Amino acid sequence: MGNNLQTAAETIQEKYNGEISSFRDQITLLLSKDSIVEVCQILRDDFSFGVLVDETVVDYWRRKEPRFQVVYQLHSRQHDERIFLRTPVSDDNPITSSVVSIYPNANWYEREIWDLFGIRFKGHPDLRRILLPKGYQGHPLRKDVPIKVEETRFTFNNDELARGKPRAKD
Amino acid sequence: MPIHYEVTSVTLDEIKNLVSDRALTGETMLLNMGPQHPSTHGVLRLLLELDGETIITCIPDIGFLHTGIEKSMEGKTYQQAEVLTDRMDYLNTVGNNLAYCLAVEKLVELDVPARAQAIRVILAELQRIASHLIWLATQALDLAAQSVFLYCFRERELILDIFELVSGQRMMTTYIRPGGLWRDVPEEFETAVRDFLGHFPKRIEMYEGLLTKNPLFVDRTKGIGVVSGEEAIRWGMTGPSLRGSGVDYDLRKVKPYSGYEQYDFDIPLGENGDVFSRYIIRIQEMRESVHIIQQAMDKLPSGPVRSENRKFVPPPRSELGTSMEALIHHFKLWTEGFDAPEGSVYLPVSSPRGELGCLLESDGGPKPYRAHWRTPSFANLQALPMMAEGHLVADLVAIIGSIDIVLGDIDR
Repeated sequence: MGNNLQTAAETIQEKYNGEISSFRDQITLLLSKDSIVEVCQILRDDFSFGVLVDETVVDYWRRKEPRFQVVYQLHSRQHDERIFLRTPVSDDNPITSSVVSIYPNANWYEREIWDLFGIRFKGHPDLRRILLPKGYQGHPLRKDVPIKVEETRFTFNNDELARGKPRAKD
Repeated sequence: MPIHYEVTSVTLDEIKNLVSDRALTGETMLLNMGPQHPSTHGVLRLLLELDGETIITCIPDIGFLHTGIEKSMEGKTYQQAEVLTDRMDYLNTVGNNLAYCLAVEKLVELDVPARAQAIRVILAELQRIASHLIWLATQALDLAAQSVFLYCFRERELILDIFELVSGQRMMTTYIRPGGLWRDVPEEFETAVRDFLGHFPKRIEMYEGLLTKNPLFVDRTKGIGVVSGEEAIRWGMTGPSLRGSGVDYDLRKVKPYSGYEQYDFDIPLGENGDVFSRYIIRIQEMRESVHIIQQAMDKLPSGPVRSENRKFVPPPRSELGTSMEALIHHFKLWTEGFDAPEGSVYLPVSSPRGELGCLLESDGGPKPYRAHWRTPSFANLQALPMMAEGHLVADLVAIIGSIDIVLGDIDR
């Protein structure tokens, strides 16, 4: 672990009661969702983590409480270090704060999360679906949505399956 | 859960906070570009607000190629899921396989023999050249230089022939596997690659001769789509689009994987951050890739191409008839797969477009609990509105070409 990364992780841990874990040389900080904007601000301004590389969600349906964890990955170019932040988000109130004000490129990542996981972001300027069509019902990357396999059509069941196939309305 | 959706166009009401007030009064024009426009390099839709021919706002609309690869990967074992990675960025199939396999290897701590690593580098660099050739072909075609398109596809065909030689497939190779390679390269591989290396540098000269000093091309690219280094970093841009702005960052140098530290190569950097700089950088990168492949071919080590760890890598076919243990391993690996330890890994590689990262989260079972791809095209496209604003519609075509997006990479 680099010096800058170590100090950063320890500072955040002390100040925001975070939980540091390490797996295969990756440092992850588990934080409460209320502090994420402040933490990102501190990491960007004081510890040179100037790039948001990635933002995504892992759904621990029926495995962990709270159900979701939003994963942020920050990169410091000066020290070439990466830090992972995770903030739990519960199922009954799936809303967390947006970091668009700090990292402008969080915009599309958060839209993608809303689209695929149904987590809303407070303070996001344009929270529309991004990958799925407008008006789509549900959030398919949630674990309670089954992975569907389309049944193969043969002559004997073609008409039946064609009827059940969802179609776009005109 | 019943899937129900209706396709409707974006209403003005929905985007009124994205466009200027003048659009609402009808003073400026809203123009729809794509998704079937040939210059958007796939199914990208752009909603443009125009004042005359000047772009005021550019709103990208993506998702037309969304295939749910991340979800599908959750239902497959680690070996099966690799096949899906080819289908994401269809111009960088070897690079996708490499990112995925390196991530799996990091997760289960699997060793890779030196020969396999060297062959991986050769193929990844060949793929980089092939991808840059497509980029050059389409970029030039967008700017009305039609002959370059034909020349580039001619050379790309030679690379695809090499892929076919080693894997049987021209594009979706799945040749790199967790723990090494599918099999060793055939004898003809060396001649084929050396043949290609022998005449490809002259071809690069030819492309440059057609474009670099061509006033028509230079007029359309210099000073267009300028992005400063700081802005590029702020927007999370990576790859040649970032290096075109003079920011020295390439994962092959910064965080070498698969033995890149053994090879001597330069990272070309641009100065102006415009379309022309990005063009020069990719041309230079092709030369550097040739240089890397030459070194890797010269010191290609001999030895096995697959890890000997039978818990993760299936034994060679020849052992199945004689060894009971090999048969058991083979059967277990292809029916159940292997269990990965619980945890989450992220592994980035340098794809032709930028940082391609694979995040794998394992719950201890044989299937990835969550697979997420940090794709370079997605990140770079997000900066497009910033680059396009204030330019003409015709220049937008040049800018889209210069960030080299692949829609399969964006929509996944």
